[in-house]
Amino acid sequence: MDFLNAIILLLNYIIVPALAYGSQLALGAIFVTLIYGILRFANFATGDMMSFGTMVAILFTWYFQSLGISLGVLPTALLAIPLAVVFMILYMLTIDKFVFSYYRIKKSPPVQLAMVSIGVMFVTQAIVRIIIGPFDRRFFDGEKFIIKANQFKEMTGLNEGLTIKSTQVLTIFLTIIVVSILFWFLNKTKTGKSMRAYSDNEDLALLSGIDPKRVVMITWMIAGILATIGGVLYGLDKSFKPFTYFNNMLPIFAAAIVGGIGNPFGAFLGGYVIAFSEIFLTYAYKKFFMYVLPESMEPNSLIQLLSTDYKFAVSFSILVIVLLFRPSGIFKGKIL
Amino acid sequence: MKQYANVITAYAIMIGLIILVGIFQSWNIAFSIFNLCLISAVMTMGANIQWGYAGLINFGIMGYTALGGLAAVLVSVPPVREAWQVGGLSMLFCLFIIVLIVFSVRYVLKNFQKSKRKNIYIASIIVIGLIILRIVSGPAIHSIEAVEPAKTGFLGGLGLPIIFSWIVGAFFAGGLAYIIGKVALGLRADYLAIATLLISEIVIAVIKHEDWLARGVKNVIGLKRPVPYEVNLQSEQWFIDLVAKWNRGVLDLISTAEGKQAALSQLVIESSSVFVKICYSGLFLTVVVILLIITQKALYSPWGRMMRAIRDNEEAANAMGKNVVKQHLLIFILGSAIVGIAGAMMVTHDGLFTPGSYRPMRYTFLIWVMVIVGGSGNNFGAILGGFAVWFLWIEAAPIALFLINLFTSGLADTNALKLHLINSVPYFRFLMMGIGLLLIMRYRPKGILPEKINIK
Repeated sequence: MDFLNAIILLLNYIIVPALAYGSQLALGAIFVTLIYGILRFANFATGDMMSFGTMVAILFTWYFQSLGISLGVLPTALLAIPLAVVFMILYMLTIDKFVFSYYRIKKSPPVQLAMVSIGVMFVTQAIVRIIIGPFDRRFFDGEKFIIKANQFKEMTGLNEGLTIKSTQVLTIFLTIIVVSILFWFLNKTKTGKSMRAYSDNEDLALLSGIDPKRVVMITWMIAGILATIGGVLYGLDKSFKPFTYFNNMLPIFAAAIVGGIGNPFGAFLGGYVIAFSEIFLTYAYKKFFMYVLPESMEPNSLIQLLSTDYKFAVSFSILVIVLLFRPSGIFKGKIL
Repeated sequence: MKQYANVITAYAIMIGLIILVGIFQSWNIAFSIFNLCLISAVMTMGANIQWGYAGLINFGIMGYTALGGLAAVLVSVPPVREAWQVGGLSMLFCLFIIVLIVFSVRYVLKNFQKSKRKNIYIASIIVIGLIILRIVSGPAIHSIEAVEPAKTGFLGGLGLPIIFSWIVGAFFAGGLAYIIGKVALGLRADYLAIATLLISEIVIAVIKHEDWLARGVKNVIGLKRPVPYEVNLQSEQWFIDLVAKWNRGVLDLISTAEGKQAALSQLVIESSSVFVKICYSGLFLTVVVILLIITQKALYSPWGRMMRAIRDNEEAANAMGKNVVKQHLLIFILGSAIVGIAGAMMVTHDGLFTPGSYRPMRYTFLIWVMVIVGGSGNNFGAILGGFAVWFLWIEAAPIALFLINLFTSGLADTNALKLHLINSVPYFRFLMMGIGLLLIMRYRPKGILPEKINIK
């Protein structure tokens, strides 16, 4: 019984939250990796692009709520996602047309494109803050919990409760769907294959008649979908604040590089690697050992490897270690 | 003279703008803008050495700035004797353990063949070392932080004049740059950018949460100043005489003696804060000028030529027998040290150290905007970038307010759109920075004052 309690404890505090957080990071990391693989630059505007998409979704959610439309137990934001995606894609294509395409045609070095993306980051951040303000916004509605701790305790008769928020399940579920569709698209369809070819060897791809404009456009469209869904899921699960989204860029980058930048599957797993290591290393295991070990060996300290203040630092340290020993990432990068 | 014409014009316009602020807003604001412009200029010079001379991307400017600030605290705050008594010895022992770990790892790295066993040795040394560190430091940190937590709760510093910290800050930042450079300089440009950005976040996390070091997010306030305090100045006779002399024209217009006295005391209060700011300006200007002379000399020296050769063609420079790795490391350390000086200057100017305020937007990306806008590779350009961008950063809000009022003048004052726009005035600075950066990168990719090398 104690053993079961210990497992539930880990599930409740580590595995479920880490899966949800990892899914959110994974979507962002695939976004970074796609841009890096096909457009060949590190996009520093990642976090702010996600916050732009989320902002549009929030505005639509408020509009729907004022009209009295809702999805019952599900959050209304789900209805707003498709509309937000459309806006996001339009925004990204506009930016590409007016900003990035110039440098792409000129074949500027990647560093210059990264600098330009910093300009885009400033502008996007300003637009988001001017429209919706810098404050914390919650836009979640519908049923909050799938299983509450008390219900679970009554159901199973265990000491430990298990809480599963509906947003967590929604996040994991939607991520699996989106990522499966994406991998199917990249591996099975002709357009997806042409994208991979373009990423692998640009000149060869151009020679075999792949239209670079089309590839770039589709990349931005996929990026828009990923950014909006990732951003909205994060906002539903936690809350929407432009500054947090900007900061999230850092673990997202870490996830993309750990997984091997340019490799979407690596980025997907990288998201979970970062999320799990952040939570594993900063969780206090005292209670866990109280269940597992016999009473005489009970620990009297918190048994926390690192204080939660260093949550971000963990992912960055992992990144630094990976960069040092395996610069191409856990999975070889640079090929879509 | 002709070749310097655009430099002189650009600087004249910049100074003119600051003087306009002094006339239309107030001299207090003008001088505080000027001081922070000077600090920004030092930071951009550091970044410019790395990017303009050597083509190294360093997105960790925030980390070096914070380390410079930390130096200011550790140098100027008087030591907390009680905290040293309860935990000082253990902390020194921890330092000793860290040094021991570093040297034993080095020993293993040098003296063992590349094998699995070597990795295991290194890993075990680090893990065992960390466990010992945890055991030794835990109670010590706890007892140090318990010493008057509302006022001190940290080890304190050396109690020296704060001006020394400008040098110490340079050493701190240079030391960090040595470690980062050893680790990350072999990476490709964009990886280096991301790695330095993340490492600087780690540095901030450590400073924020190690309360025994510099109180963390509880902030250190009331640092000693290298210049007089306003309150003391206001009671000094020579200062009052000076103010009276300076404002003779205004004071003579007032007929009654009492009115004159009241006006004078008001003027003294106002000018005392301006005077303090002028003192700071003098100090900062000295630093900027010294650094400018050194960097200009370096740029035109054989060393500077070698750096440009390495930047423009690494392989060719390597083939000519230049040690690219060593020179990259050197310039990485030098540039970061300059940023460290700026960090210490900033804390000196503010008189307080707030680790929570170090954010990448303000301390990394804004500095990069300055370097790109001003002109990378050109020290005059970098300084001008620091001035222009900081000026715009501060004055963006009034400019935006003016523009909003102009464009919405047809709307009623209670119009929701107008009110919303006026409320979000502070965020227009991001918009201006972004658009400015994008325009400059598109139409003048080498910056306002581009790099110009005269072969002598």
